[in-house]
Order: sequence, then structure tokens, then C-alpha cells
Amino acid sequence: MLNDYLPIIILLVLATVLGFLVLIIGALFGPRRPTQRKAAPYESGMIPYGPGTRRISVRYYLVAVLFILFDIETVFFLPWAVVFRQLGWFALIEMLVFIGILLIGFVYVWKKGALEWE
Amino acid sequence: MPTVNDFLLILPEVVLLIWALLILLIDLWIPDTKKYYTAVLSAAGLVISAGCAFALLGRTGSAFSNMVVLDGFSSVLSILFLLSGLAAVALAYDYLKRNAAQRGEYYTLLLFSIAGMMLMASANDLIMVFLSLELLSIPLYILAGFFRPRLASEEAALKYFLLGAFSSAILLFGIAWIYGSTGHTDFPGIVASIDGGRANYLLLLIGAGLLLVGFGFKIGVFPFHMWVPDTYQGSPSSIGAFMTVATKAAGFAALLRVFLVLFPAEAPIMAGILWGLSAASMIFGNTVAIAQMNMKRLLAYSSIANAGYILMAFVPYGNPVIAQEAVSSALFYLLAYALTSFGAWAVMIALEPAESDGLLLQDFSGLGRKYPWLGAALLISMLSFIGVPLTMGFWGKFYLFKTAVDGSQIPLVLIGLLTSLVSAYYYLRIVMFAYFKPGEPQIQPGRWASVVAVICAAGIFVLSFIPTPVFQFAAQMIMGMK
Amino acid sequence: MAPISYYLVLAIIMFFIGILGVLIRRNALIVFMSLELMFNAANLVFVAFSRQYQALNGQISVFFVMTVAAAEVAIGLALMVTIFRTKHSIDVDQMNNLKG
Repeated sequence: MLNDYLPIIILLVLATVLGFLVLIIGALFGPRRPTQRKAAPYESGMIPYGPGTRRISVRYYLVAVLFILFDIETVFFLPWAVVFRQLGWFALIEMLVFIGILLIGFVYVWKKGALEWE
Repeated sequence: MPTVNDFLLILPEVVLLIWALLILLIDLWIPDTKKYYTAVLSAAGLVISAGCAFALLGRTGSAFSNMVVLDGFSSVLSILFLLSGLAAVALAYDYLKRNAAQRGEYYTLLLFSIAGMMLMASANDLIMVFLSLELLSIPLYILAGFFRPRLASEEAALKYFLLGAFSSAILLFGIAWIYGSTGHTDFPGIVASIDGGRANYLLLLIGAGLLLVGFGFKIGVFPFHMWVPDTYQGSPSSIGAFMTVATKAAGFAALLRVFLVLFPAEAPIMAGILWGLSAASMIFGNTVAIAQMNMKRLLAYSSIANAGYILMAFVPYGNPVIAQEAVSSALFYLLAYALTSFGAWAVMIALEPAESDGLLLQDFSGLGRKYPWLGAALLISMLSFIGVPLTMGFWGKFYLFKTAVDGSQIPLVLIGLLTSLVSAYYYLRIVMFAYFKPGEPQIQPGRWASVVAVICAAGIFVLSFIPTPVFQFAAQMIMGMK
Repeated sequence: MAPISYYLVLAIIMFFIGILGVLIRRNALIVFMSLELMFNAANLVFVAFSRQYQALNGQISVFFVMTVAAAEVAIGLALMVTIFRTKHSIDVDQMNNLKG
């Protein structure tokens, strides 16, 4: 069984070795003349300002939490779609009920103003 | 595919869930000054659901490919949960207003939690047990932190959440191993697999042990009790009252059914563990309660002790005759305990000023003279907790001890009797404060808490004259179980 | 095909790492991550046995567990944000406001 994985392992080893090799050769033989501009994180991009670890607005939490809740529900859609043809009308009604319940949650979230950024 | 009959069998739960969703919507358009509409609506929903449950009383059957069953056990417990819910609504009505926490979500979450409890009592599949457990717990995590931004309430919620999720994870791991042992999660499938000798005994035993730990957290027995005092103290009092009664009852419902149906063969091993849990809870709860001066913490430790008492009758569950008796006496005790506990909490809520973490025992001073009705309710509740005759608490303990004697658990009964004597000390100390110490307690505005207190006290007293019919009703109801 | 014992041993290791995390770590967020590890250990057991028995019911259980875990994540994060706003810490050892 391990034989099946042999090409992948060889590839993995080769890729690792090659990557390090290139870096080492570059570090050994390449000329190094840093200027302030070259040392910047984005050499030809925006000039960075402020600390790197900025605080993220706590509002983002709410969006993230709501996203998790509404996102995970799709896990039920896939098996439903697979057997939809066998179950027919019943499956459709069942899913409408499910989405209806989600919709009530959505209306609640909306009306409470959790989706407003300001 | 489900038929109409399937939905009919879980009609109370369906009604309650739809009602909860509607209240969630309607509440959005109810202005903050008129939140009592939401309270009244939720009470109406509970009454309608209880009506459905009464109509289904005596019917049996299983629904949704054996996911849930309806039998006397689940019906009686459903009604108990719904009535507890009504009490929790009544207790919250003035209490939330006093604490400036009149948010309609309280009632919606309460209804969801009760629906979870009802499903838990009728769950016939381990995945259903897990799902209903989460349906009852998740709203309670929020309700425990309902007084945010008060730190005590938030802390209570976080502790309850972390330990609740911990116990759920252990429970789920147990379910996974039982599935591994038998290839099924539904009770009939598991039983068939065990009877057919196809189940792996070791995996089954591991699963049973993990389930016991998970349920142990939910019913709050020693040594899985650490969350109980902090959570009850920090939560809103109306939720504390609800949790001591309903959550405990739901935990016991699932524990009794799962162990009776799935693990009768493991009884010799489990009996020893149950024995230890029961004895430790009775001793620990009753001794630590002595040191408590805060009423909420005292009631929390008392609830740990009471979980021990209920577990006591269940120790010899491997014997089918004793098991029947144990379940009936557990149901009876849960009823007695519900009345008693709600009575005690209601007296406290009636007196509890805003922004407090529960009354100190001294705060009851002078209650008996100034408010005779409330004082009497407190007295009756405390006597019922001790198990003095002419109260439901006496009969509850009587049947539990009798079952334990029938199951020849004499040492456990002795521990139970001794710890009951110890408990008399701290319960009577509250009575002493209320009747023999001078003081000026002040009833807070709103009379619903007092009404609940008096109704519970009356129930404790009146029902104690007809214990046999009540017990026989419980016994008759669980005949169809299994 | 790897034998089932590999998966089960991995699940047991995950479960115990989770338990240790819950008992030892003091940051509520990391405690919470340990809890998720325990849930996923159970999921792994379900899936492994489901393949062993060539039955789907174990995998369906995992769907439900995942959804419930997501709901718990939502509640847990919300609770932690609220308590952090009040207390500016989510160290569980400092949760000592409630005492007898």
C-alpha cells in the first residue's frame, strides 16, 4: 500500500531539497546591497504605517459568528440534494421548513441591527 | 418517510417549537415598555403545549423511525417540564423588570430549552439524546448570562458553558464508542445487537462509563458538581430555580432511560459506581451546605444532595422489579422536589432586591411576622426539603428509601437518613432566621413570585395527604416503558 | 486501506489532548479549542466505525455533531467577547467573582 505513495514521497523530498538549494545558492553567491527602500516589506507597493498587528474591530466578531451559523447549515443541503429525486415532494417541503426556520433567524438578526456596520 | 402520526406523537414539542419561533418574531415588534405581552404569550404557548401533552397522556408509540418514543414516562416528565416553564415565566415576570433586563429573548430561549427537555425525555436514539441535550443546554448558557453586563452573570454563563460543553463532549465520545460496539445508535438496534451477541462488550462498557460521566455533569452529582454553585449563584434567580428543577429532571430522564434500556447487563459494575456517586453527593452536598450563608449557594448544594437521593433508589437497577419501583419513586421525588425547590426559590425572588447575587440568610429575619403567607411558604418548603411528615418531601424520601431497602442497599439508606438529619440543621436555621430573629424584610414590587411560592407550598401540603394515588399514577404511567 | 485501530488510537489521543487542554490551560479560548478537539475525536470514531460497518448512520451523526459544534462556537465566542468587554481578561483562573 505504501508503494502507491512512493512517487509523492519522492516529489516531496525533491521539492524540499530543491527549495532549500535555491535559497542557499542565492545567499552564498548573490550580492547584497540593501537600501531602505529594498528592505521595506513591499518593495514597490504602499509604504506601510502603524504596527503590524492592528486590532480588528470587535464588530467583525459578530459577522464571523453569524457567518459560522448560517454557513454550517449547508452541510445538510448536500445529502438532501443527493436523495432529492427519491423523496420527491416530501423532501422539498422538509427543506422549505428548514429554510423557513433559518429565515426566521435571519429576520431576527436583521431587525436587531446586527448586520449594520455603524 | 414520516407520517402524520409521527408528528402527532410529538405534538407538544412541535407546538412549543413553532410557538417559540413565532414569539421570537413577534417580540421584535413589541416595544420595550410592553414586554409583558411576550411573557403572557409564552405562558399561553406553554399552556397549549401542556394541553396537547395531557391529551396524549396514556398513548404510546414510537415515531420517526424509532428516533423518539411516546410513553407514560415521557408524558409525565413533559408535563413536569412545561409546568416548571410556567413557574419560570411567572418568577421572571417581575424579577426581570426589577433588574432592568426585560428582553423578550428570555421567553423564547426558555421555550426552546423546555422543548429540548421534552425531547430528551422521549429520546429513543443516542444521537437524539445528544441533540436534545444540546437543544436544552445552549439556550440555558445564554440565559445564565442574561444579566450582562453584570460580571457575576457573565462568569456564571462562561463556567456553565465550558463545563457543559465538556460534559457534552464526553457524552458524545461515549455515544461514538457505543456505536462502534454495536453499529447502531437507536435503542432497539443496540439492544438487538447486544442480545444477538454481536456487540463488543469492552467498547460498550467504555461507552456506558463515558455516558454516566456526561449525565453526571448534567444532574450535578459529586464529583461532577463544580459548576453548580457558581452557576446557580450568578445566573438570574428565575433561571437558577428553573435549572435546579427542570435541567436536573431532564438529565435524570435520559440517564434512567438509557441505563434501563441499554445497559441492564452492565448493572453489577455500574451499581458500584452509582453507589459511590450517590453516597458522595449526599454527604458532600449536605455538609458543604452547612457553611453557606448565601441562599442561592445553599440551594445549589442542596440540589447536589438531592441528586444523590434520587440516584440512591436507582443503584440496584439491574433487578427489573426494583427498576420499575426506582423509576416510579424517582418520578415522584422529582415532583416533590420541583414543588419544594420552586417554593424556596420563589420566596427568595419575592424578597430579592435588584442587582443582588442572592439573599443572605440574615435577610430572611422577621419574615414570618411581617409576611405570614410568605413565611409559611418558606417554612413548608424547608420542612419538605428535610422530609418532615405532612409534606411531599417526606413521601418522596419515603418511597426512595423504601426502594433502596427493597434493593437491599441498607448502608446507602443509613447514609441517606444521617445526611437528612444533618440537612435539618441548615434548613431549620433559615426557618429560625425567618421566625425568631427581628428584622424588616421588604417584598419587592410585583406579586407573581409570592403567588408561585404560595401555590407550591399549598401543593406540598395538600398532595401529602394523597401520596399513594400519586405514586400509583407514576407507577402506572411507566408500565409501558421499554 | 489502513486498519480501523489507527483511526481509533488517533481519536483517543485527540480526546485526551482535549481533556488535558481543558483541565490545564487557563485561557478560555484555548480551553474552548480543546473542547472542539474532543468533539472531533468523537467524530473520527463515528466515521471510522461507519466505514468499518459499511453503514451510513455514523456519518450522518457526524453532520449533526458538526452543526451543534458550530452553534456552540457561536455561543462560546459571544460569551467570551462579552466577558472580555467587562473584565478585559478571559483567564479562567481569574473567574473568582462568585464565592460562598
